[in-house]
Amino acid sequence: MPLLSVQNLEVVFPLPGGTVRALRNVSFDLDRGERIGIVGESGAGKSAAAFAILNLLGKPGKIQSGRILFDGHDLAALDYEAMRQIRGNRISMIFQDPMVTLNPVLTIGAQMTETLRAHRRMTRARARDIALEKLRAVQIPSAEKRLAQYPHELSGGMRQRVVIATALLSDPQIIIADEPTTALDVTIQAEILELLLRLCEDFAVGLILITHDLGVVFGVTQRILVMYAGRIIERGPTAEVIGAPRHPYTRGLIDALPSAARPGTPLKQIPGVMPSLHEIPSGCAFHDRCEFAQARCAAETPRLEEQGARAAACHFPL
Amino acid sequence: MPNASETSDALVSVQNLRKEFDISGGILEQLSLRRGRIVRRRESVKALNGVTLNIARGEALCLVGESGCGKTTAGRAIIGLLAPSGGEVHYDGRRIDRLRRAEMLPYRKKMQMIFQNPYASLNPRKRVTETLLEPARFHFPEQSEAEHLRRVESVMESVGVDPAWGARFPHEFSGGQRQRISIARALMVDPEFIVADEPISALDVSIQAQVLNLLMRARAERGLTYLFITHDLSVVGHFGDRVAVMYLGRICELGETREVFSAPRHPYTRALLSAIPKIGKDESAHIKLAGEVQTPLDLPSGCVFRRRCAHADEQCARAVPELHDIGASRVACHAVADGRI
Amino acid sequence: MNAAPHLHSNVLRSLLRDRTAAVSAAVLCALLLAALGAPLFAPFDPWDQTQFDIMDAEIPPLGGGADARFVLGTDGMGRDMLSAMLYGAGISIVIGVFATLLQAAIGVVVGLAAGYFGGRLDSFLMRIADIQLSFTTLMVAIVILAVFQASVGLRFYEEYALVAIVLVIGIAEWPQYARTVRACALAEKKKEYVDAARVIGLPPFTILRRHILPNTFSPLLVISTVQVANAIITEASLAFLGLGMPVTKPSLGSLIRNGFEFIFSGAWWITAFPALLLVALILSINLLGDWLRDLLNPRLYRR
Repeated sequence: MPLLSVQNLEVVFPLPGGTVRALRNVSFDLDRGERIGIVGESGAGKSAAAFAILNLLGKPGKIQSGRILFDGHDLAALDYEAMRQIRGNRISMIFQDPMVTLNPVLTIGAQMTETLRAHRRMTRARARDIALEKLRAVQIPSAEKRLAQYPHELSGGMRQRVVIATALLSDPQIIIADEPTTALDVTIQAEILELLLRLCEDFAVGLILITHDLGVVFGVTQRILVMYAGRIIERGPTAEVIGAPRHPYTRGLIDALPSAARPGTPLKQIPGVMPSLHEIPSGCAFHDRCEFAQARCAAETPRLEEQGARAAACHFPL
Repeated sequence: MPNASETSDALVSVQNLRKEFDISGGILEQLSLRRGRIVRRRESVKALNGVTLNIARGEALCLVGESGCGKTTAGRAIIGLLAPSGGEVHYDGRRIDRLRRAEMLPYRKKMQMIFQNPYASLNPRKRVTETLLEPARFHFPEQSEAEHLRRVESVMESVGVDPAWGARFPHEFSGGQRQRISIARALMVDPEFIVADEPISALDVSIQAQVLNLLMRARAERGLTYLFITHDLSVVGHFGDRVAVMYLGRICELGETREVFSAPRHPYTRALLSAIPKIGKDESAHIKLAGEVQTPLDLPSGCVFRRRCAHADEQCARAVPELHDIGASRVACHAVADGRI
Repeated sequence: MNAAPHLHSNVLRSLLRDRTAAVSAAVLCALLLAALGAPLFAPFDPWDQTQFDIMDAEIPPLGGGADARFVLGTDGMGRDMLSAMLYGAGISIVIGVFATLLQAAIGVVVGLAAGYFGGRLDSFLMRIADIQLSFTTLMVAIVILAVFQASVGLRFYEEYALVAIVLVIGIAEWPQYARTVRACALAEKKKEYVDAARVIGLPPFTILRRHILPNTFSPLLVISTVQVANAIITEASLAFLGLGMPVTKPSLGSLIRNGFEFIFSGAWWITAFPALLLVALILSINLLGDWLRDLLNPRLYRR
């Protein structure tokens, strides 16, 4: 049985201008210690998926139907208090901006021990020891000293390390990382990704990495889910999907990367823009941007067809 | 120093450009008590520490570096949005960094800028047509309104925005379309030289390709010269004829893009190139840098990179390395110059 | 995101959805119409002393079983209260609006210059604003008006009181505008569209007028409602102290003060009716201002 199983998840945002369906029929599994990547452009629904798992959907968003099975419990049906026991304890989350997680007026040590003591009964000294151990695990130099420092005294890369250390405090089984390196410089990004990868392997933590950057997903994850307009349109082992995409959108994304083209030549571009969730085209949501689209694509929504370990939602897969 | 011939055929020539920002605040904030005495202390950020580069007519030069390296400051100083603290900027052989606004006007038609944030670079209260008409009316007052409108229409078409949408406000467009409109505004005066400051980094991947293609087509059709500022090395590899790598306000390596990418010489360039997450390649080749990214608040003596460099020795602490011709590129590194790397 | 461009289509819908705002708008419109159309609607001309008859003094309002000519009764001079109130509301509104316009004119110029050019000019202008703010409006107004009244004589004062009050309130309150506009200009000038305008080569004055000023309108509109209400109240307070509009051309404040002398002799209506009208006027302006603030706040704004 997988550790986390998301089944037919539907998330809606009832807005004055009409109800927006942010996630449509999203299903995926995560095994113990597995690393998956959710890839998509802004508005694809990748963050909504992560927030739905932790029941953190902002108002007025809500889970319409579907199940989120974690270790046998349906997270979609849990009440606030039960969810709080899981959130930040057995499932941790890392955000793009470290300052969302870190409180600017508390020292690193204070917030780490507080987080720990909110979930488990222990002495302050014991909590401090654990905090120190986690800071060392994320390779923060002079960890001892950092406990007394405030977030603004650290560089962006160090802050993100502290956030990761905080996420590790309660030995979670899953870490959800929402664009964890987007705000960082390239050299720091490489270090943080390496760190995440190593921690997941060492502690057998499952990772859900949400990003728009295919290069990042490629380096870190084992499986990949590609999202478009609220649906998963392709999934499978990362190297296979990126090496030989079946869905035209996935292929478009890969071909659009500058490194894919000969220098100076025009890049392959996907025409148009991602539809707003208010006006998703009929049939396959991608059909009006797709070079292979035929009459059937506008009429009939393709199902996510399983083919071995891979699946693609396309009537005419590549 | 660049020799005379190099300067003369450059469209834009920047020599020893410096920029310091005073961050010490008001006079009261500068005063502090030290050993019973009141002392006045001024602090400044040294954003540019002697940048020298030439941009040839028709080329695309990429200025690349991490946040805080001064690449944006360099672009703004060159275009004249910031007054440099030292050094010179020449355009087509004439010095432009000390000109007053009115004296600068002839160059405003030739030099334009494209900005990073498509949500802030268009005035939210102006319809697209008004935004595009403004530069045309200002710089070509002799032309009739009908001519201006014709020009707006043709430029909108050339950037791929339907001219029928001219009466709309910016908020009715997506990020990619806004960036196209921003590019259209820059093209309205028919410029020769464009500073593009991270023009695609706020956009989605599939839209990045569209805008990059648009910039390349505009260059081919109009013979534009670009200074393309970016942190994204994969874009540099695709877009730039030459690349200048910056670190803490100095250029550490400058050369043909192909040359720099295939045989990076400066230790920082090597680390930077190895850090790009690539598709289909093994990650393990990543070169780690020691220490933290430094801020331009307290610069180290000598080479600005030495505290993070595995090859630094006492010479690096003593002398600031100048750019030397090494192979086909120019590199500012003692270790490379001495053949230690 | 900036909400303003969608505004036109949405203002009416939003106004009708918010019941408090809708009622306030209706009350304010009625008051404005009545006050500014007073010469047409009012049964008497309260400024023409030859029409008063001392025999009509202190007639109670209808229902008190009195004269049918005076619906809301008369004051101590035999002046029709309804007419006096309509004209008085008009004067109060004129003072409020023109004093606010003067504040805005000074404040916008100072605020734009301070915010956009920054540096020493900014420090200089803002220190002046701070000094100005450290004197309360009422104090400044009392001193200036008292000196003015004493030096030019009561005759002359009565003639030019309106102008003097507008000037005093306008000058005393400009820092409110200057601060708001400066904060806005500071925020806007950092945005890239202003850089783009500079790269085009536009002169600073053009950038301020065409790019920055239009983007300060939303907050200006909101504080303007508050400032009109404040100016009306300030004038009423001055009148109560005997420094406002003269009794011959009374504002709502002067009417209240005028009636106060009679309140203990039982003629409550001379004070109560103008006071009620003043409250209705101020309340409707302020409630409408609240609604406007919510409407223009981009964070609260929803399609």
